[in-house]
Amino acid sequence: MPLPPPEALPALKDLLYRMADDALIIGHRHSEWTGLGPILEEDIAFSSIAQDKLGHAYALYQLLHELGEPEPDHAAFLRDAPQFRCCHLVEYPNGGYDFSLMRHLLFDLAEQWRYHLLERSSYEPLAQLARKVRGEIKYHVFHATQWVVHLGAQGTEESHERMQQALLQALPLALGIFEPSDFEEILVDYGIFPGERVLQSHWWETLLPILERAQLRVPPLETLTPAYGGRRGQHTEYLQPLLDEMTEVFRSDPTAQW
Amino acid sequence: MYGNLSIAEPVRGVEQEDPEKLAEFEERIARGEKIEPHDWMPREYRRQVLRMIEQHAHSEIIGALPEGTWITRAPGFRRKLALMAKVQDEVGHAQLLYSAAETLGKPREQMINDLLSGKAKYSNVFNYPALTWADTAIIAWLIDAGAIINQTLNAKGSYGPYARALERICKEEAFHLKYGYDNVVTLASGTPRQRQMLQEALNRWWKPIMHFFGPPDHMSVHSEKLLRWKVKMASNDEMRQMFLDAYVPKIWELGLTIPDPNLRKNPETGRWEYSDPDWDEFWRVINGNGPCNRERLAVRRMADELGAWVRRALLKPDHRYVEPLF
Repeated sequence: MPLPPPEALPALKDLLYRMADDALIIGHRHSEWTGLGPILEEDIAFSSIAQDKLGHAYALYQLLHELGEPEPDHAAFLRDAPQFRCCHLVEYPNGGYDFSLMRHLLFDLAEQWRYHLLERSSYEPLAQLARKVRGEIKYHVFHATQWVVHLGAQGTEESHERMQQALLQALPLALGIFEPSDFEEILVDYGIFPGERVLQSHWWETLLPILERAQLRVPPLETLTPAYGGRRGQHTEYLQPLLDEMTEVFRSDPTAQW
Repeated sequence: MYGNLSIAEPVRGVEQEDPEKLAEFEERIARGEKIEPHDWMPREYRRQVLRMIEQHAHSEIIGALPEGTWITRAPGFRRKLALMAKVQDEVGHAQLLYSAAETLGKPREQMINDLLSGKAKYSNVFNYPALTWADTAIIAWLIDAGAIINQTLNAKGSYGPYARALERICKEEAFHLKYGYDNVVTLASGTPRQRQMLQEALNRWWKPIMHFFGPPDHMSVHSEKLLRWKVKMASNDEMRQMFLDAYVPKIWELGLTIPDPNLRKNPETGRWEYSDPDWDEFWRVINGNGPCNRERLAVRRMADELGAWVRRALLKPDHRYVEPLF
């Protein structure tokens, strides 16, 4: 397994933890729709997406494990909130289908770009993973886009208004995805990742036409306060209870085989 | 996960059917032909088959709830992914089965409304709680095992759309069974605490499992006609015997105890004997007074209300046919 230069290692690990924790937590949230979706087909769709996200999280924790971090089950099930590096967006409870769908769009569009940029990462294992998950994320974005556009522009006044409110709630949270990192420069210098600022600008340019098709009003970017903190271990009040629930059985005996 | 018609309703009104058509219909079934949606069928056949498929579909979505609550607590990636996929399969079965039922003329929405109002039934077994992780293992192994016995038989039934849906469902259920067994074996060969948790779960679920195939034949409505029509493919007691034959030895093999001191196979008759699993409780639960009946329906109603705005937004009153969104 190729190792990155030692001076780039903390930066790489930080990036991988951000991505893995995001995928784990949003996968967990999506899975909460199982059995409760507004129509059966959506129940099934959210469950598929959740399984893909969990698969991505596992693959990323596995990369971390190869870099000397704990094995995937321990990374996911034995850390507490302050050790997590996920953004606030993924931590929020599902709320209604409006918020869940809007979060799904905002998050997956960023994921699509992130993995696209990582396809050319100098860290080959990550580039390989990025090429592998591309096909899945394409469908996640397709699913989110068609629903947000339908409910925003082709549904009822009620669905339009709900999606509008969901956008206003989710947008500042989504900006937290791109919280600047102390390691940004190293990641760029070593060709591992072009950085969160580049990612955000791609995301924003692609997002606007979708929201326009959905006939949703987009507040000017400069009026929004990004929900930062998650990437530094400062989380919403929702994360620790989620982790307590998720790890309840595993932690009852972490040495046991489950 | 389940499809049974374990409580048969009396067949009625057949004498009002055209005797020639009825005879031809019964000959077709005797020859092993499938009845398709546009074929002639007795009204009572339609009613009974619809009732069976509808109950099965409801059982799938209600059945997703007790296991679904453990997705968020499944220990480790492997179990979490497997449980998500399993419960998703069950919801997929519901989708398939509602479509099969719709071929008999009742829209999905109406079926869901009958479920929410308490008019339609679903499998009794899902009115019991899954209290621990081990309960999900027992459900995935033994309840799905029961379902497979039942559904493999019903896949040879006479109604084409249901039989075809069941063939596909059985393939997925066979996978669930493997998952459940793997989970049970892991706990059975694990720490003393894991073993204890598993034994306690088996103790809790034994009675509902015995109830699963429905009341004993001597207490059931005479279902000869349903057997001849290949709506019901085996009697409740026959299916229960098949289950005990296949799974009691496996349970014992794992060193687990079955909470019935009278359970034994009579070497002379070759049939399993067991204690009466309290049929009064079975009727109490099926009539709405089980430990979780209210909770299950309340959760479904809540989901239905929360999602109502989405369904309204999908309706196009001026469009007759469903069209893709793009």
